Amino acid sequence: MRRRLLLLAVLLLATGPAWAEHPAECGVAESLIEPSFRLPHVTQALETKRLTILVVGAGSSQLPAGNAYPVRLQHALAEQLRGVEVKVTTDVKAGRTAAEMVKVLPAALDASKPALLVWQTGTVDAMLGVDPDQFSQALDNGIKTAHAAGADVVLINAQYSPRTESMIALGTYVEDMRWVALQQEVPLFDRFSIMKLWGELGTFDLYSATKKLDIAERVHDCIGRLLADMVIAAAKPEEPPTNGSR
Amino acid sequence: MAPVSTERDLRLDLFRGLALWLIFLDHIPSNAVNWITIRNYGFSDATEIFVFISGYTAAFVYGRAMQQHGFIVASARVLKRAWQIYVAHVFLLAIYLAEIAYVAHSFDNPLYTEEMGVLDFLKNPDVTIFQALILKFKPVNMDILPLYILLLAWFPPMLWLLLRAPSIALIVSASLYALMWLFEWNIPAYPSGTWLFNPFAWQLLFVFGAWCAMGGATNLSRWVHSPVLIGLAIAYLLFAFSIAMTWYFPRLAVYVPKIVGDTIYPIDKANLDVLRILHFLALAVITVAVVPRNWPGLKSWIFWPAIVCGQHSLETFCAGVFLSFAGHFVFTEVSNRVLTQVIVSFAGIAIMVAIAALISWYRQAERRGGPHPPAAKPGYAGGDV
Repeated sequence: MRRRLLLLAVLLLATGPAWAEHPAECGVAESLIEPSFRLPHVTQALETKRLTILVVGAGSSQLPAGNAYPVRLQHALAEQLRGVEVKVTTDVKAGRTAAEMVKVLPAALDASKPALLVWQTGTVDAMLGVDPDQFSQALDNGIKTAHAAGADVVLINAQYSPRTESMIALGTYVEDMRWVALQQEVPLFDRFSIMKLWGELGTFDLYSATKKLDIAERVHDCIGRLLADMVIAAAKPEEPPTNGSR
Repeated sequence: MAPVSTERDLRLDLFRGLALWLIFLDHIPSNAVNWITIRNYGFSDATEIFVFISGYTAAFVYGRAMQQHGFIVASARVLKRAWQIYVAHVFLLAIYLAEIAYVAHSFDNPLYTEEMGVLDFLKNPDVTIFQALILKFKPVNMDILPLYILLLAWFPPMLWLLLRAPSIALIVSASLYALMWLFEWNIPAYPSGTWLFNPFAWQLLFVFGAWCAMGGATNLSRWVHSPVLIGLAIAYLLFAFSIAMTWYFPRLAVYVPKIVGDTIYPIDKANLDVLRILHFLALAVITVAVVPRNWPGLKSWIFWPAIVCGQHSLETFCAGVFLSFAGHFVFTEVSNRVLTQVIVSFAGIAIMVAIAALISWYRQAERRGGPHPPAAKPGYAGGDV
């Protein structure tokens, strides 16, 4: 779509800070994960050497079998944060809208007392055509609930799914999440643009019709790793880089 | 006030044709070619152009009918047109269902279990198809025709008023728009939410188009050609352009002052944001200044393809929706390389032109050789509405 050339341009112009070593296939999207806002509670948690993260999401935060990105996030963080006890808990259930997840948030936050809430949403709202205003309000409420419970928030938007593009109008919901993230000053993990870039560069064949898990697992692995990079960068005590010149 | 001229204004056909092409390009998901469409460079898009010109031509054609044959006959013709559009919408729906059913049958990928849920409505077609027939369930990119149907259904009383007191009609329309914002009126959709093109909002552009056709354009022409207004229009277009650039180069977003961002966002398409109307008006002012009505270039063969599409807008629009499904289908089944996208885009436009040309020829042939004389006089601006 329209962002294709621009993404490429961003990719060429931007060279992010040095990230952790990854399988090369994940790396193409590194310029897209520079965090725009900081995660002070995570910074604190790292000082105490205990980091608890709660992932709340819908169907695209799980796989029918094998490890989805939350588990991989935990591995990647543990690998990079030697000496820190990293624990990722999940509250994931397919088919939930943002508003439905807001309802379970207080209990879930209370149960695990995380320093960070990773909140994946948007797809189900788009599929049901939920009123965009109500969607934005639900996002606002969820972020406020998490902040009140002493947790930072990272939002994750919808997956890029080329086969269903002519059936699910994600556009408004992806834009709304970007806008809410900016207003509430929380980092957005732009899974949509990242996967779109992978699709366009041929990193992963997202069109393929297959029952096999291999591509799905590799995609989730990269998402877990990139998410870990973003969290670490946003939790660094100094100002995160705003300009990507090397 | 009488409709001003009986001579067709080819600019309407030209820009409606171009708008239809842009709508087609925008409707193909993941299409590299749609970076050329205007929505990437400002606030408004081809929908505004289409709705405005449709209002203009509707007033032009049915306004004459109402003057010559009275309210009842003209209203009946408007409603007949609305019915034709409804039939076209249902036809497109059938094609859409066929595509969905195919995808549901053939697509499987554990990465997209959630997304596949969108196909679940095939499990209870009784509800879905009924909701589609009453225009509550509208598949992606099939929102314009239902809007058009409602705008036409509501048009006869509006046209009656436009013929007697055009300014009051415009005020009524603007008030409805204001009340919509105040009370958040919209029509419910299925399975949830509201209409993507809020008819209470978009009627304003349709009625404004009609008002221009009723002589408003002549009254405005003094203003439209003033250097001050043209300067303002250019300034606004540049502003919109620079904001649009920050959507693609997020690094530029830091240069947008917070107060500007807080004021302009979100730019509401469903409710036809004021920023969008202004952007469309600015484009219209520039267009009218650059392309005069009697510009000889309009008769040149270069513009004929767009003009012929604009003259048969319903057929071209439907063809465009179908072709955008088909184009996406080619991307999924054959190849999604950039070269394919370019070929699909241009082939699609060529097919739209061919269909419009065929219909044009068909109408002429019918007119010339049919055993019955034609019922309606052809040759108004827009040919049909």
